[in-house]
Amino acid sequence: MTPKRRRLWLLIGSLSVLGVAAALVLTALNDNLVFFYSPTQLAEKTIAPDRRFRLGGLVEQGSVKKEGQIVRFTVTDTNKTVKVVYSGILPDLFREGQGVIAEGSLGADGVFAAREILAKHDENYMPPEVAKALKDSGQWKERK
Amino acid sequence: MVAELGHFALILALAVALVQGTLPLVGAARGDDRLMALGRTAALTQAALVIVSFAALTQAYVTSDFSVANVVANSHSAKPLLYKISGVWGNHEGSMLLWALILAVFGAAVALFGANLPDTLRARVLAIQALIGVGFLAFLLFTSNPFERVFPAPADGNGLNPLLQDPGLAFHPPLLYLGYVGFSVTYAFAVAALLEGRVDAAWARWVRPWTLAAWCFLTLGIALGSWWAYYILGWGGFWFWDPVENASLMPWLAGTALLHSAIVVEKRDALKSWTVLLAILAFSLSLLGTFLVRSGVLTSVHAFAQDPARGLYILGFLIFVTGGGLALYAWRAPKLASQGLFQPVSREGALILNNLLLCTLAATVLLGTLYPLFLDLLTGAKVSVGPPFFNATFVPVCAPLFAALCVGPFLGWKRAELWPALMRLRLAFIVAVAAAIVALTLIDSRSMLAALAFGFGVWLIVGSLAQLADRVRTRTLRNLPRATLGMIVSHAALGVVVLGSVATSSWNVELMQVMKPGDRISFAGYAVQLDRMDEVQGPNYIAERATLSVSVGGKPYTVLQPERRLFTVQRRQVAETAIQTNFLRDLYATLGEGDPKQGWVIRLYLNPLAPWIWLGAALCALGGFISLSDRRLRVGAPQRTRRPLAQPAE
Repeated sequence: MTPKRRRLWLLIGSLSVLGVAAALVLTALNDNLVFFYSPTQLAEKTIAPDRRFRLGGLVEQGSVKKEGQIVRFTVTDTNKTVKVVYSGILPDLFREGQGVIAEGSLGADGVFAAREILAKHDENYMPPEVAKALKDSGQWKERK
Repeated sequence: MVAELGHFALILALAVALVQGTLPLVGAARGDDRLMALGRTAALTQAALVIVSFAALTQAYVTSDFSVANVVANSHSAKPLLYKISGVWGNHEGSMLLWALILAVFGAAVALFGANLPDTLRARVLAIQALIGVGFLAFLLFTSNPFERVFPAPADGNGLNPLLQDPGLAFHPPLLYLGYVGFSVTYAFAVAALLEGRVDAAWARWVRPWTLAAWCFLTLGIALGSWWAYYILGWGGFWFWDPVENASLMPWLAGTALLHSAIVVEKRDALKSWTVLLAILAFSLSLLGTFLVRSGVLTSVHAFAQDPARGLYILGFLIFVTGGGLALYAWRAPKLASQGLFQPVSREGALILNNLLLCTLAATVLLGTLYPLFLDLLTGAKVSVGPPFFNATFVPVCAPLFAALCVGPFLGWKRAELWPALMRLRLAFIVAVAAAIVALTLIDSRSMLAALAFGFGVWLIVGSLAQLADRVRTRTLRNLPRATLGMIVSHAALGVVVLGSVATSSWNVELMQVMKPGDRISFAGYAVQLDRMDEVQGPNYIAERATLSVSVGGKPYTVLQPERRLFTVQRRQVAETAIQTNFLRDLYATLGEGDPKQGWVIRLYLNPLAPWIWLGAALCALGGFISLSDRRLRVGAPQRTRRPLAQPAE
């Protein structure tokens, strides 16, 4: 086989692998992109009940209610609020008044059913999305 | 006083690195022996200075010197000694100092063990290594000085983030950094080769041990991080496709590809410019990983609060290193003509396929990790790309990789027949198919994909054993080259990892229950009873501890004691999982919040084959170390020949 033909083969091989990968990536991105919404953004949108997304904001003071393993609380960006229900063990840094990101979908009753509450390593950490949502609603206070 | 000494040593190290990064380059260009010899002395001096600096910071931590701001922010006098030491790199400044330390020590190692390198190549490698060092030392001194003082000194410190107070995480960063930084040596070799305009078998043999060592450490570092996430985050999972995890996976994938393509350069004098490109990319991805973790641009479950200005510096440095390397590559690579010709069906062809698939995997991870960033920049929409994306893109590309992995080593160099290779693997194929059928019928008939993946895991193990059997037919195990043995061990170990991850993620059993002392539940064939709840006093925490007695068929089996620890200094709670393992499955319990009236939330998992994930990863690294001990890497590398090797021996 001449070097030229070998190179052609290589090229065809690489392109087909990359093509398959690109196709996989594009379909996966279409189906699996998880959008982030603040309560205000959520109020402006209609979202299909099964669509998975992330909800972020602050856990409203005094809103956390626990019944066994089921936890109910309200997420707020101080402008709008969304009720959340979660069944499971809350991350160690979950606190009233702290930033939170919950991933899940809206139930038929308009309550956000969280499948996952994201844990953070650091209590001073504010998820960038939450910080931005708070800034947009004019409630952001710079620390320091 | 000691802190000032450390600071001063760091400034001197920067000055030495500047000299080491320039004069030997001039020397190599002009053929001036004295300037080139300077590189070696400078590398050793620089390493000594950074060691002094690192020792000074460690001393400040061990003696709890609270006049140093960094110690105040991250340490506490009541902390156990291990975490006082690991606290040194458990924060931004200290971890960057650790990075600089490893970089300088690698540079010194090249200077010490590189006696057989040609003078110009050694001078250039040391100079490039020093230029990377300049970047990090300047970063430390100008933006993240770990030796800053506070006045007046507070009575005690703020303590280390409780999640980091764990033996697994104490050693995770050093191992990961040994891997990341190890690729800097490969990068330096690649850039030096481009400057020289010459890559040959000897070059590949010099580079190989460095790549191999970096790869082994990176493997161990990733495994340790995943193990830590498994037992401390209490979600029962071991890999979350989180940006920070992806950041370490990308250089690993590129490094694995590099490891394989360098073989072709060494044995067959082909794929030269591709290998050089991979070397540049592997280190660039390491830097990208550092940037992603250190800048906090991505939302990650592992994210730490960070300063964007520092991220900007690393981004600039990343662009300089990658851009510089690629520009030099574009300019000089056409000179690196490859000699060895081969057919598509051959060992070379198989290794190219390996590289193609590994790079596709790395690209997929890169895209999934950075896509939210791009979308945010372009449209302002906030999105996240989670496990479903990676499961849909990463896993399908793994299938051909695993399928081909066992076949490749059976193919000869230059030209080979596919059919005889496949025939020698027929037994492995039958065993793998049988395993998949058993998995489908006996374990879980719903998940076709899990059974298929399980079959692939068995295929990797049995296929590697078939390779071993084939090799010892012609020579005894003793005479088997260590590199071959290492390859077989690592390939089989990958199968072990696959089995562990498939079983854990597909066939685990999970139960969440609110329990009061005395309550009894049955879980996956075990009877679990909450005996009592205790208050426990630790060195720097108080804990709530549940005592769960587990019995099988009425007989006591084991006791699990998950805890929730409240770290008194930070007022933070951390769950401590309890895991009982028999190496075939993990019994895993976490304790949630609760009180005597309502009961406590208890979460139980049965994770089949979970320990195999980390066992396999350790075995994979072991294979690398076995290969590293190969005779041909210890006994001096061959002298450079004037002509390309006509018929390299296998």
